[in-house]
Amino acid sequence: MSELINKVPTMAEMAAGNETPEVLFWVGCAGSFDDRYKKVTVAFVKILNKAGVKFAVLGTEESCTGDPARRAGNEFTFQMLAMSNIQVLDMYGVKKIVTACPHCFNTLKNEYPELGGNYEVLHHSEYLQQLIDEGRVRIEGGETFKGRKITFHDSCYLGRANGIYEAPRHVLEALDADLIEMKRSKVKGLCCGAGGGQMFKEPEPGKKDVNIERIEEAIDTGATTIAVACPFCMVMMTDGVKNKEKEDSVKVFDLAELIAQAEGL
Amino acid sequence: MAIIQQIIFLIVLGIVGWFVFKRANLIRKTISLGRDEDRYDQPAQRFSIMLRVAFGQKKMFDRPLIGLMHFVVYAGFLLINIEVLEIVLDGVLGKHRLFAPFLGTFYNFLIGFFEFLAIGVLVTCSIFLIRRAILKVERLQPSRHREMNGWPELDGKIILLFEIVLMIAILTMNAADTVLQEMGSPHYTPTGDFAFSQFLKPIFANWSENSLIIYERFAWWFHILGIFTFAVYVTYSKHLHIALAFPNTYFSRLTPKGEMNNMPDITKEVKIMLGLTTSEDPASGTESVIPERFGAKDVPDLSWKNLMDAYSCTECGRCTSACPANFTGKKLSPRKIMMDTRDRLEDIGRNMQTNKGEFVDDGKSLMGDYISNEEILACTTCNACVQECPILINPLDIILQLRRYKIMDEAQAPGSWNTMFQNLDTNQAPWKFSPDDRFNWAEKLRNEV
Repeated sequence: MSELINKVPTMAEMAAGNETPEVLFWVGCAGSFDDRYKKVTVAFVKILNKAGVKFAVLGTEESCTGDPARRAGNEFTFQMLAMSNIQVLDMYGVKKIVTACPHCFNTLKNEYPELGGNYEVLHHSEYLQQLIDEGRVRIEGGETFKGRKITFHDSCYLGRANGIYEAPRHVLEALDADLIEMKRSKVKGLCCGAGGGQMFKEPEPGKKDVNIERIEEAIDTGATTIAVACPFCMVMMTDGVKNKEKEDSVKVFDLAELIAQAEGL
Repeated sequence: MAIIQQIIFLIVLGIVGWFVFKRANLIRKTISLGRDEDRYDQPAQRFSIMLRVAFGQKKMFDRPLIGLMHFVVYAGFLLINIEVLEIVLDGVLGKHRLFAPFLGTFYNFLIGFFEFLAIGVLVTCSIFLIRRAILKVERLQPSRHREMNGWPELDGKIILLFEIVLMIAILTMNAADTVLQEMGSPHYTPTGDFAFSQFLKPIFANWSENSLIIYERFAWWFHILGIFTFAVYVTYSKHLHIALAFPNTYFSRLTPKGEMNNMPDITKEVKIMLGLTTSEDPASGTESVIPERFGAKDVPDLSWKNLMDAYSCTECGRCTSACPANFTGKKLSPRKIMMDTRDRLEDIGRNMQTNKGEFVDDGKSLMGDYISNEEILACTTCNACVQECPILINPLDIILQLRRYKIMDEAQAPGSWNTMFQNLDTNQAPWKFSPDDRFNWAEKLRNEV
């Protein structure tokens, strides 16, 4: 197998070469700055390269979508960020966006249109499912997942907020692993505790942290892998595993990382 | 004697009608205090949602057994109203079983069917009462949920008892009636035995005609007065959902749950700040107007639909029992948000009544006097409460509008949120990283090329 070259072109470079990408990969702040989620970004980029998808990123021209500001009640900051993002996206004539962050996904898809930004927006779980269905991503050449127990933690902004429950599960089924559902899943899925700006503040006084409640449920399934599809869920689930001192036996991975592992990337 | 009963009945009917009208009008008035929001689009889809969720009780069947029991009470309530219509007409016209001669044997079948429903309601309400008082279903217990203390807990039990007593009245009334028919008592139109009340006849076996008439009249009056009382009571009670569930589902949100409402006033400002339009630009319409208030401090700042939600809430607590903040011990309870909103509306309604229909400032507001900052800060915006509500109430929408007020109008954000906002304003990321480093993650990959 020839060594794959992983290209990460920017929109500016594409535009300079008079090229138009199939899709813009919206990396998001966690995907750009958070050490753990940067690995997800890289895994997704490798999958796109191997699948031969002509994509581009905004690089330093990307800003936060404004989701955490809006959820925390700061509409000014949200709209300032949103408006300047829309200016950049429209300048490049972006039509289609894929992102690995459900919060970015929700905001770009549902909240930018009213501010004048209209794009086709996909979450990477939907995009991966399409690539797998089209045969552009083939699960071969890497780790085998046969018999491995995986449980999927629904992200609120993917699930209840946008009704996407099946796409991430289809992606996991492609791995041929044992998919085990938690007691509360899909529409009843339990939040990781980080949404609505909670990621950026201490929880209010209570008797338990939400992510501990959730990780207990995930561990109860007997799964050795907890699959997530959201950078905030990733942080909360990973902290939960640490809190339960299960780092050795339970791993938290994003969907893209699992696919990349199965492809040997 | 008959004419006196007729007059009394008409007077009572008039008084009840007047009370219900007054209350309904006050409720309508307080709902219309809310901000405008267009919920009149896509009537076909709205109608179909109302049919499925309110008429068909689709979401109640998420828990099949409870759903079925609730359906029995609901169907009983709706259909027994046909009999109530006959009773009201009898009362007005001084007749007895007005429909019987027109319907013939079908009348007997119909009343039998109503009796079947009455037994269903009787049994189901008894089970519901046992669940509340003896099995102590967690989400209904004041010891666990402070918003259920006092009136709300009592309200729940009163309604169930009410329905049980009304059903007993109707069944015994029918039994006494048929015994009187057999005696050939003049006023009692022969209809024959009814499906269930025939088994109650032995109770009245040795009664004299006079005492039977007294009991039948007593049960008749008790039943209809009970229904009248209930009609007025409902407007003060959590039980108002029997009426409002229908419009409330019709006017529910059709957009994805994750979408927050835009604030157009701010869009205008931001466009000016970014130089996308100028305040003098004739195309932008009016010049920039800073709104009186950002977000919601009190009920008039919320939309009319938020306020209708509050009146529709029947305090079942499905939202609260699914709330991650609530079951990890935080102060937030979505049900309490809805109940507080209604309490505030009821207070404003009383205020308006005592001040000739005008609200006189009482120095209170929903945010602060009813709902605390700690509650709304605990929300993760996970939409579990919105998902759970059987009649499509949206507590999250209220929480987020209260947050907007706290953050933008009062500038009272937790310190770490202020840091996040500053980072977003200066670095375009919620963390303190330089925007120039945003693409560093790709360095290694790009160097490979």
